[in-house]
Formats: sequence, structure tokens, C-alpha cells
Amino acid sequence: MKSDGMVLMAHGSGGKMARDLVEKVLVKALSNPMLELLDDSATVQFSGRLAFTTDSYVVRPIFFPGGDIGRLAVCGTVNDLAMVGAKPLYISLAFILEEGLPLAELEQVVRSIRQAADEAGVHIVTGDTKVVNRGAADRLFVNTAGVGMVPEGVHVSGSNARPGDAVILSGTIGDHGIAVLSRREGLSFDTELVSDVAPLAGMVAQMLEACPAIRAMRDPTRGGLASTLNEIAERSRVCIRLQERAIPVRDAVRGACEMLGFDPLYVANEGKLVAIVPAADSDRVVAVMRAHPYGRDAAIVGEVAEGPAGRVLLSTAVGATRVVDMLTGDLLPRIC
Amino acid sequence: MKYVTEFRDSDLARRLIERIHEAARKPVRLMEFCGGHTVTIFRYGIRKVLPPGIEMVSGPGCPVCVTANADLDRAIALARLPKVILTTFGDMFKVPGSCGSLQEAHAQGADVRMVYSPLDALRIARENPDRMVIFLGIGFETTAPTVAASILEAEKSGLENYFVQSMHKVCPPALKALADSGEVRLNGLICPGHVSAITGSQAWVPFARDYGLSCVVSGFEPLDVLQTVLMLVRQVEEGRSEVEIAYRRGVTFEGNAHARRILDEVFEPCDADWRGFGVIPGSGLKPGKRFERFDAAEVFDVDAGPVVEPVGCQCGAVLRGVVSPAECPLFRTVCTPETPVGPCMVSSEGSCSTWYQYGGGLEV
Ligand code: SF4
Repeated sequence: MKSDGMVLMAHGSGGKMARDLVEKVLVKALSNPMLELLDDSATVQFSGRLAFTTDSYVVRPIFFPGGDIGRLAVCGTVNDLAMVGAKPLYISLAFILEEGLPLAELEQVVRSIRQAADEAGVHIVTGDTKVVNRGAADRLFVNTAGVGMVPEGVHVSGSNARPGDAVILSGTIGDHGIAVLSRREGLSFDTELVSDVAPLAGMVAQMLEACPAIRAMRDPTRGGLASTLNEIAERSRVCIRLQERAIPVRDAVRGACEMLGFDPLYVANEGKLVAIVPAADSDRVVAVMRAHPYGRDAAIVGEVAEGPAGRVLLSTAVGATRVVDMLTGDLLPRIC
Repeated sequence: MKYVTEFRDSDLARRLIERIHEAARKPVRLMEFCGGHTVTIFRYGIRKVLPPGIEMVSGPGCPVCVTANADLDRAIALARLPKVILTTFGDMFKVPGSCGSLQEAHAQGADVRMVYSPLDALRIARENPDRMVIFLGIGFETTAPTVAASILEAEKSGLENYFVQSMHKVCPPALKALADSGEVRLNGLICPGHVSAITGSQAWVPFARDYGLSCVVSGFEPLDVLQTVLMLVRQVEEGRSEVEIAYRRGVTFEGNAHARRILDEVFEPCDADWRGFGVIPGSGLKPGKRFERFDAAEVFDVDAGPVVEPVGCQCGAVLRGVVSPAECPLFRTVCTPETPVGPCMVSSEGSCSTWYQYGGGLEV
């Protein structure tokens, strides 16, 4: 396309340049029969119980070790659907582009959207693109919404945890948050860490097959494992007791957290989940997860207890028990 | 970073705790000077596994918390100057001054950028030759050498748009003020690990000798702190007051002479205003004569307005170890990390935010 290889205001004007951008960059890379119709709405066949979710993505930088904003935008929505036990089917994709964004970067993001969608088995069926003045957005923002189908007999909800259940974590925590931070302007540090950003619907389907009675699932994104478990404890009116030693954390994440003054329990993940399952099924679920590439380090990290209701407690490495609160405010690197 | 995991080993921890219980006969009161240690103590619940006769008190070792409101106000006023980029460690971003915070100034259009090191601020200065880049120099002996190095680098490369607003402080004078006041009677001191890496454990000798304080330099892993408590309890039980090191992988008696040389080359001692203490003579660092042109305090004239202290906040008393955060009537009610009243609730190493985050005062 002619435009000196960057996004111009005219790309959002609704005119020829806008159509070129949509057809030559977006539809070409994301092609499927539903999208190619380019009607005002996508129409799809559907029957059963529908799950529906949306999220916006504003990560900085947009390319980070292990992924980019495109992969994030697909995986985030796919995972939100998977966390209620749904099979993700269709996704919408809306861009807000900052004037001056190199088209090559947009193309790269769209390519990884395609890749992630293929991997997750979802179709991008509708979308939108707007361009805003330089400075009015930070390179590019993405919104995705998605729908999925919840299989018969599956009732996964954050309010279903019961005393006696096991708490399963699908792998190491903090990889995404630290990987992104390691490339942030002004804060960059060297690490071999990569983001864990991944679509989890495939693993979730296998988990549900092994145990249709999974009570609750969540992906601990912003706010980390601590905040996610607090939400479940609160909504289910139960207490969650964690074993610090059982929670897998990579050395590189631990080291970076020491340096930055963070607690890995609060650092974001994009390819992990916690599942609350009946204790009797827990070993079976862990085995299924470990056999899946995205659950290789899955482990039982705690249990659900009666009370105090709404509270998450942690047995620390020195044998003391302390409260694990929600994340408050932002994680800001400390002075060391 | 392998060692980090090793030092969290639970069996070792259990053995240390047993030995502390065996050794402790008399009641002892120990202060951890450093906010980093407060975090370790709360994050691992160390207070709960110690015998009841051992009382732990948190000290003033959080550089953000001890920054006086007048200094904060000046930083915020600097950020609002046209053509200025104010660079700062993340911790400072949300600390409330008399009127607003850097975060609020940023929201209103001031160019405030978070950096992890003054070297990043140098880079920003190089990339923005038409702007004036001020780095907010906050921290103790640990941080000051890198800031000094950034000034040397700016001098060497002829950078003319890089400035440091130095609010650096050194620890021993504050500890002396604390000991002289006699407000809290202490038996022993958990001496700061990172600070001692620069000063050497020699910095604490006067406190052992003249004030009868048992001193042990500690690392930041739970096992380090337990080991330190054991060594302190033994000193107190045996009537010794000496300086010992439980953090041999990080600290020597002499410290880091090279870092101190850079400090001495660039900075000179000055009086500094500490929240909760007031002005402590010789407890601050400012760029010396040769580096005056990099000293934002010399170069920029701003009117920061009248200083207003947060109403009802007990940060000063918390920093002196006189009251615990839970004793502040605003704690958890009015004052939370989302709506902080004082800086001790903002900094990740502040006593109030540490108590809050790790459930201090909550039922388990
Ligand atoms: S709880 Fe808040 S108001 Fe009270 S001393 Fe701490 S920071 Fe100040």
C-alpha cells in the first residue's frame, strides 16, 4: 500500500484508503468465509448456552518477549470464555490505531492474531478500525469480544468453591508481568523470561472431560494469583488456604521480583489458570493438565476451607500463616 | 539467582526457630531499621513464629517514607516546570505531598517518567536535548553511588540538560537521633543489609560501643532474618553488644570502598529533613562545588507553596518506632494503599503498606 508504510488519519476516514487497509491488511490475514462477506454484522449458526465476554488491550510495549498485543488480545478473550467452561467460537476485533504507527507493526500484530486464533480454534468474524491523532493513543489499542458455547452439564463459576475442594494452579506465576516489564521504557533489564501468553481453551476442554464437576476457574491476569483467589474466596464465602512451597515460581521471576520489590503472587499471568475442583478428582485433573503443553507444571497449591469466609491465607516457608490480600493500587518498582 | 530458593528452605527455618526459642530467656526488643526487612518479616509471618518475649519494632529505613513534605512539594513543583522531564523511581509516584502527588501532576500534563536507574534518566536526557531532565535522587547509601555515577557520566559526556534533585540520606545519623531520643528502648538492631554493603558493618560500631546495642547485619531472605534474630538474642542473653554479620554473602566489615570514593567525589554532606525526626545535621548528601551545575537545588528556583502535613497521620511516630501502624486510628479505615494519607502507606517498603498488604492486625 502507498502511505510511506505508516498509518495515516485517512486510513480511518471510511474512504478508499480505509477500505484498502481493511481488505489488504486485515481481511487478507484473517480470512474466513464469515469475515469475507464484509456485511455490517457477522451472522453465525448457534445453539445451546452462550458465553459472551469482552476486553480491551493496552499493553506497553506492544511487542514483548514471548508475544505481542495481538496474541494477548485473542488469548485474553479466549481464556475468559474458557474460564466458564465454554468452547470459544467467534471473536470480534476492533483496533484503535495511533497516526504514524508503522504498517509493518500492524501487519505483524495481525499475523499473530491469526496465529493465536488458529491455535485456539476461533474465527475472527467481525471488526472495526479507527485512527486517532498522534498522542491520542499509545501506538495501538485492541478490543476483542468473543462468544462461546457452554457444554451441557457444565457449571463453572467463581461462586461455586466449597470447603474441602482442592486448588490447582496450571504452572509458574509471574512470567508475563515480569517479561513485559523487562522491556518497558526506562525499566529495561536483562532476562531470559518470556511471557506465558497462551490460549487455554484446549486444556480446559480436556480438564472438563476428566472432571465435569470443576467448580471454579479463573485466569490470574492483572492482580495476579492473590487477587484472583481473593475474588473466588469472597464470592463463594469460603477461605482459601495456600501452601507457599507448592506454588511454582521461576528463579528468574523470583530474582526480578526481589529486585523490583514485587511479590510474585501479585504479578500478571496470561497463560495460566487456577481451578477449584472436588478433592477426589484433583489428582486426575492435575494429570490431564500435566500432559498438556500449557499445564506442564500444574500442581495442587492449596485447599478450600470453611472460614474465615472471604479470606485467602498462606502458610509461609517459615511455617507461619498470613493473610494474602487483593492487590491494592499498581505494582510500582521500588527504590532498592 | 539460584540462591534465593535455597535461602527459603523450610527445614532450616524450622531449626532456626527452635534454636531461637531455646536461646531466648529475657524479654528483648529488636528493631529492624530497614523497610526491606519489615517486608520480609511480614511476608513470611516471622513475628508469629518468635517467642512472645521477643518484641520486634519497625524502624525508619524507608527512603520514600522519611522524605519530608517540603522536599516532596519541591519535587512536584519541579515536575510542573515547562520543558522539564522529571524522572523518578516508581515508589515516589504516588506519595502525597502538601498538595497533590507526582501522579496527579502527571495526570494534569507534567512529564513525569518512571525509571529503574539514573542511567535511564541519562539516556532520556540524551534523547531529549531540548528538554531539561531532572532525576529525583531518593535513597540511602545504596542508591546514592549510582546517582553519583550518573553525574560523573553527565560531566564526562558534556551533557548539559541533566540535573539531580538530591534528597539522598545516610543512615547512621538517623539511627543516632533515634538512640539519643530514648523514646524506644532497644536491646538490639537488625542492621540494613544493602546499606551495609556500601558502608561496611563498621558503620554500626559506635552503636554497639556507645549505646550498648547488639548489632547484626542481615540479608533479606527469611532465613537471613531468623539467623540474625538468633544472633541478636544470643548477644543479649550473654550480655554482649557487638557488631556481627549474618549476611556474609553481601557484606564485609570494610564495605565497598570504591562506591564510597565515588560518593565522596560527587557528594558532600548536608543537613537533611527527615519525616518524623526533623532536620538531622550531616544526614543528607548534595552535589559538591564541582557539580553545582547538575544540582537541581541550585539551578531551579521554584515556589512550592506552604507545607501542610497530612491531618491525623502518625507516620512520624511510626518511623520512630513509637507506634505501630495498627495503632494509627486511620489505618485500614481512612488510610489504605488506594487512598493513602501518609507516605508510609504508599511505598512498598513503608511500614503501613507492609502491614496492610500482609494482613497485619487481621484475623487468620
Ligand atoms: S496508617 Fe496512614 S495515616 Fe496512619 S501513619 Fe500510616 S500512613 Fe499515616
